[in-house]
Amino acid sequence: MQLNRQQIGGRADAVSARPASRVYLDYNATTPVDPAVLEAMLPFLGANFGNAGSVHTPGQLARAAVDAARDSVAALISAAPNEIVFTSGGTESDNLAIFGTVAQSTKPRKHVITTSIEHHAILHACDELARQGVEVTVVPVRTGPGLQGIVDPEEIRRAICPETILITVMHANNELGTIQPIEEIARIAADAGVCLHCDAVQSAGKVQLDVGKLGVDLVSVSAHKFCGPKGIGALYVRAGRQISPRAWGGHAERDRRAGTENVPGIVGIGKAAELARNLLVEDSARIRSLRDRLETTLLERIPNVRLNGDRNRRVPNTSNLSFPGAGGEALLIALDLQGLACSTGAACSSGSTEPSHVLLAAGLSRDDARASLRFSLGRPSTAADVDRAIEIVPSVVERIRALSPREQEAAAMHAR
Amino acid sequence: MPALDQLETTPGATGSAGDASAPTMRTVAVAMSGGVDSSTVAAILRERGQSIVGLTMQLWNQRRLPELQGEGPRQHRCCSLDDVYDARRVAEHLAIPFYVINFERAFEQSVVRPFVEDYLAGRTPIPCTRCNNDVKFEQLLATARQIGAERIATGHYARVRHNAETNRYELLRAVDDTKDQTYFLFGLTQDQLARAEFPLGEMTKQEVRETARRLVLPVAEKPESQEICFVPAGSYVRFIESYLKEQGTAGGSDGGGMRLGEPGEIVTTSGEVLGPHHGLHNYTVGQRSGLGIAVGRPIYVVALDGEKNRLVVGDDAELRSCICEVRNINWIPFEAPDATLHADVRIRNRHQPAEAEITALTPTTARVTFTEPQRAITPGQAAVFYAGKQVLGGGWIE
Repeated sequence: MQLNRQQIGGRADAVSARPASRVYLDYNATTPVDPAVLEAMLPFLGANFGNAGSVHTPGQLARAAVDAARDSVAALISAAPNEIVFTSGGTESDNLAIFGTVAQSTKPRKHVITTSIEHHAILHACDELARQGVEVTVVPVRTGPGLQGIVDPEEIRRAICPETILITVMHANNELGTIQPIEEIARIAADAGVCLHCDAVQSAGKVQLDVGKLGVDLVSVSAHKFCGPKGIGALYVRAGRQISPRAWGGHAERDRRAGTENVPGIVGIGKAAELARNLLVEDSARIRSLRDRLETTLLERIPNVRLNGDRNRRVPNTSNLSFPGAGGEALLIALDLQGLACSTGAACSSGSTEPSHVLLAAGLSRDDARASLRFSLGRPSTAADVDRAIEIVPSVVERIRALSPREQEAAAMHAR
Repeated sequence: MPALDQLETTPGATGSAGDASAPTMRTVAVAMSGGVDSSTVAAILRERGQSIVGLTMQLWNQRRLPELQGEGPRQHRCCSLDDVYDARRVAEHLAIPFYVINFERAFEQSVVRPFVEDYLAGRTPIPCTRCNNDVKFEQLLATARQIGAERIATGHYARVRHNAETNRYELLRAVDDTKDQTYFLFGLTQDQLARAEFPLGEMTKQEVRETARRLVLPVAEKPESQEICFVPAGSYVRFIESYLKEQGTAGGSDGGGMRLGEPGEIVTTSGEVLGPHHGLHNYTVGQRSGLGIAVGRPIYVVALDGEKNRLVVGDDAELRSCICEVRNINWIPFEAPDATLHADVRIRNRHQPAEAEITALTPTTARVTFTEPQRAITPGQAAVFYAGKQVLGGGWIE
């Protein structure tokens, strides 16, 4: 998708280091709202402003839209509508799943299992659990070359103890794209009678997602990762599974999540889920071929590049590459100034970057982790986007490697 | 594709129709701290039509030493989230690309550790100079070049000019003498000076404020910070103590070889023991109060004897000296002086430069002999040599 400057900043500059056109390859960070989603939402930001909790007709119109959206989100993950709880997004879904499960448990000692490559919404929530006295085991992932970035289900089995009340493992990793063996883990969890939560924020809309087949109890999804709006997500809660609410108020979402329903957002996630479900097969095949062409070409054209994460078991839109000798921070900025938006590790609060905990967990050295970029494609991605990336990336990598302080030191040593 | 050329001009100028109006001017990186000075630099360059990129260095994690939290006015220290936020707001206001770059590792290695080590060894360091030499004009400049900006502009009050005759870059004092920062910039190499821009060197502080107001910068009224950026509330002693404590626990060793100064003796210049001191890092040369001893006349710290762990005190006359030796000298308008030089020498930031004779001992060391005795010549501080407005060079006082 080529965006012009107006779309990016709204300020058309005669002079700026910002390029005139951009290629966006950071769809794992977020996606644009699909025009059809926007169209579906607009009436609920205008004339249809009713509160879904109201008895009167405006309320009923809003309620009908919320119910329809619930059907659609349920269909995306093959769940029943009454198993869907709308939240403000992936982070809230993860927190509700974790703290809601722990609070529900009556065991005197509680133990939670997670993995080293989870999103911070999981890992930092588990840090908080540990502060509250819950025992937490963080299971490592395989460091490659085979199955790099994928957790070994046996490690999960070994971590289970009588106190274990929750296992939380993501479906697709946000940085590597690697898909975790959830079905196997679910069998292990079921054998032990332990609740299994799955953060599916990065897989919903990208790969088939059937909560029954996966055998999970709780699943988090977020609309803005599949062309829906920001600020809306959902938690799947398997029928019969109880979670304690984390906020108290009215009776919305069957007492599981108090607060007036975000009707425009809910309509948005509903429409986005419908589109994702309808377009999944077509989108994923097209995106996979674009991603593969980008990846193969970069691996061919740039010396000393490494692919991170298992090549086969991953979502079709993500490619994570290390360019040893080129700092990811400089790479990211240089590419952005050339009009290509991609990503390094997760950004910290000040906006600068630390090496990604996921890449470190997958066995990369700190230097290689710092020299990594994630390219992630989406529904709006085009062949022209990939062409442009293939044009820009090799020369930027070459320049940054040539000008890296270490290289210059080496050159200076050589000159002496 | 001719990538290097493109990177040196405005990025994105790839020849498609929409880029026809794109300028071919070279991009300059502006080091933005979130303060009024560097923000005004960005605004001035922007107004001139220069293609610019804003870069903010994340140098120190303020959360690292939790016991120092809550001390002093946190919002005006560099690397606080507030300063990064301010820098970002200015960049947004100017509609320029802006990035925060993490140099915490380099800053700790090149600035913080040497700062602590100097104090422990009885020297009084100038971290800002090291930061300029080793971080701002080294690491940041390298990153700027990697991302396609060949030059770097900062909010320093100083001037650079190229001398066509000698083909060397020269460093000149700022027009506003009260704001001049050349004392902290004497270490810049020819390559660094060639790539440096100091737009405020021609302006007074008053003019900078007025420019910031005229351009409605979000930081136009922000107060100035004179502190060492990573030291809260000016208490370097507490910083050193916390840092060593952290190193001791975090490193699992005795602070990576650094230990807090032990108590020792306070002695006069003639060797008379007057009482105990609390560790040499608590004192600086020239200090009068806080010694905890009374001898019926004003006494001052004359020297910190790191080897014997002694604090040497004396009267005002004993604090004055005509001679010092200077090492690691960086000469600016020439490779090295041909003979003995006469220059005005500044031995601390606010010191009035004093007439002296400089005798080079080696290309990078010299003996400085002042015409009049100077008060509190302090090891660890810099001696910077001036000929009128021009900086001839400078080095570290032994």
